[in-house]
Amino acid sequence: MIKTVLGRELPAYIEGYGEVKPFQGAVSNERIKTRKAVKLTSVIPRDQKVLASLDQALDKLNIIDGMTISFHHHLRNGDHVLNMVLEALAKRGIKNLTVAASSIFPIHAPLVEHIKNEVVTGIVANYMSGPVPEAISRGELKKPALMQTHGGRPRAIESGDLHIDVAFIAAPTADTYGNINGVEGKSACGALGYAVSDAEYADKTVVITDNLVPYPACPIEISQVFIDYVVQVESIGDPRGIVSGTTKITKDPVALLIARMAAQVIQASGLIKDGMSFQTGAGGTSLAVAAELKDIMKREGVIGSFAAGGITGYLVEMLEEGLFRALFDVQCFDLEAIKSYRNNKQHQFMSASMYGNPHTKGAVVNNLDIMILGATEIDIAFNVNVTTGSDGVIMGGSGGHSDTAAGAKLSIVVTNLMKARLPIIKDKVTTITTPGESIDVVVTERGIAVNPRRVDLIEKLRKTELPLLTIEELKLKAEKITGVPKAIKTSDKIVAVVEYRDGSVIDVVRMVD
Amino acid sequence: MQKLRRTMLFMPGNNPGMLQDAAILGADAIILDLEDAVSLTEKDSARILVRDAIKYIDYSQVEVVVRVNPLDTEFGPQDVDVIARVKPDTLLVPKADVEEIKLVDIMLAKIEEEEGYLVGSIKIIALIETALGLETVYEVIKASQRMVGVLLGGEDLTADLGITRTKEGEEIFYARNKVATVCRALRVDAIDTPFTDTNDYEGLTKDTARAKSLGLTGKSAINPRQIEIIHAVFAPTEVELKQALRVLAAMEEAEKEGKGVFSLDGKMIDAPVINRARTTVELGQRLGLIER
Repeated sequence: MIKTVLGRELPAYIEGYGEVKPFQGAVSNERIKTRKAVKLTSVIPRDQKVLASLDQALDKLNIIDGMTISFHHHLRNGDHVLNMVLEALAKRGIKNLTVAASSIFPIHAPLVEHIKNEVVTGIVANYMSGPVPEAISRGELKKPALMQTHGGRPRAIESGDLHIDVAFIAAPTADTYGNINGVEGKSACGALGYAVSDAEYADKTVVITDNLVPYPACPIEISQVFIDYVVQVESIGDPRGIVSGTTKITKDPVALLIARMAAQVIQASGLIKDGMSFQTGAGGTSLAVAAELKDIMKREGVIGSFAAGGITGYLVEMLEEGLFRALFDVQCFDLEAIKSYRNNKQHQFMSASMYGNPHTKGAVVNNLDIMILGATEIDIAFNVNVTTGSDGVIMGGSGGHSDTAAGAKLSIVVTNLMKARLPIIKDKVTTITTPGESIDVVVTERGIAVNPRRVDLIEKLRKTELPLLTIEELKLKAEKITGVPKAIKTSDKIVAVVEYRDGSVIDVVRMVD
Repeated sequence: MQKLRRTMLFMPGNNPGMLQDAAILGADAIILDLEDAVSLTEKDSARILVRDAIKYIDYSQVEVVVRVNPLDTEFGPQDVDVIARVKPDTLLVPKADVEEIKLVDIMLAKIEEEEGYLVGSIKIIALIETALGLETVYEVIKASQRMVGVLLGGEDLTADLGITRTKEGEEIFYARNKVATVCRALRVDAIDTPFTDTNDYEGLTKDTARAKSLGLTGKSAINPRQIEIIHAVFAPTEVELKQALRVLAAMEEAEKEGKGVFSLDGKMIDAPVINRARTTVELGQRLGLIER
């Protein structure tokens, strides 16, 4: 066994994963990196890229047992493409595939059957919810699943750590030579930031579209130089599932209270000034922080430089009101965001690599002042779990959590102190997703705890009326109401490996007994 | 210092989640409700839930008020008996009249003695929601030394009067006047009826401002989102605060010079003006609007 710098014990070698590089800290000193070379088949004049059907594409692609195929998650819970491709491959009797999907949603439930039949024996994802992670948590996947981050995935692809044999790229609009965008078509989903590394580094790339247009399709988000084939299908997704439903500001009084306090923390930190930058999730409480921040910015006449991330209509409103000079958009969460991304040149596209890849010449997360994050659990060392539930079952994953936390000057976790009768602050989190060194403040409805590393911030918050406590005091406050829950029992079997953004292993998920 | 009762937030007594979070929502007082919010079949369990909530949850930052059922129902006396033993700050007594307040006062004294609490430590707020209660509100307040305020119940009152309740509230103009005047005379708080459209913030602001202008000192709320708006209306304005500070400064100056009566901006400043200035400054200090 080896140990991470956070004290987690890990095997030195994990069957189905390989050698383990234990997590050594959020920022590495080894800064010289290499991108892999890509082998490709050049397309010569008069070659045709459009194929008649998915089956014809599969004939040409020569997919064999053991390959890795990739997908992006821009169609979210409306995605038809992953299921469509796997069904076709299963029919062909292909086995032992690794599915590298940037995220997996409940709509991908048919994957469970493919896992049982060993059509799929490996899964790589940044975020998973629904029946697939439940099956993985029950130990049904042959190899441990690999959980990455939004920035860690392009890092792994570009370095060659994650080799993609075939990338299947769902495209709301494509032309006959493989130029694609996400802003036109009946399945429009906006920015296609998570598909970029796949297109650039996979051995073969296939565009799957339900809106094939004459050449050229403008705007071009991912260009023809990366695309081998184009296939038209009836439907790549269900628009109702593509647009996320969680982009409304909450009315829950406790969540609003938390948001109010988080905004006061930001104000006390001194970061609300011209040129400030900000990112938040699309969840109710996070979005409520944006609303509070908006009020403060307006009141003080502050103009920020940018807001980033998955973009919601709310952030678009802030851009249009002149509160930010630009938006950096890796994916759009709603129709307002898609429309703005299509029409406003200040609404800037970014690839996942540009967003969060630590091994580049600078990701956008490095320019973030303020980041608002969620947490399923947080421990007294400020480590955060957003990967597993308190029952030990996988129900999420980092997404951009550890990337943004590492980059931002001020990372704030907003959470209820208790959820469903359980305390959120623990001695040790079930799974470490994001290391405590990247988390500066935890804001709950019953008090605020600042990471002791941030002496400067503690000084500033002491001057306010905000209820400042130590994280231990906050933990006791919850336990006084809820009691201390019994620890869950896990077996030795590792069902998932949690990779930090740099490719080191920060934790593993063990099967629950 | 006297308790602030700008907002009293109604919380259903049968909802564990709401009871858990009631104290942190920013209201000056919370009213844990055993009466209208609780159906007949849940009266017993709500009573136990509220009792245990008061026992185990830290409500130290708010005034805990429990609305018991009317004493002439089978639940009211039991409510008082069970709840008083865990010593809430205050009981809110519905359909209040002189007889009922006297009865509750006696019951409380007995329980306080049995439990070893200081007799008189549990306070009472009368819920005035009948024509009789309104017309006898002076006597109702006089009926017990425990009385710290009156809450006007507009819905039940208009029902009793057989008139229509409207958003504009013209129909309770007299009731608000009466309650405000009597409460001021007897130096207890006058709490306004809740504004029931929880999504109409503009309407709430107007309704609260009207209540304040008639002399009511606080307002009940039925949704946490109403609290901030009510507080904003009851907070002294910057102009009011500045003027109050000037009055007090002029008073100090006059005292130094040994003047009994003095004027400011050509107007005579007398005791009521000084008292009003003191109240305003004190409220401003408590709300953190000015330094102590």
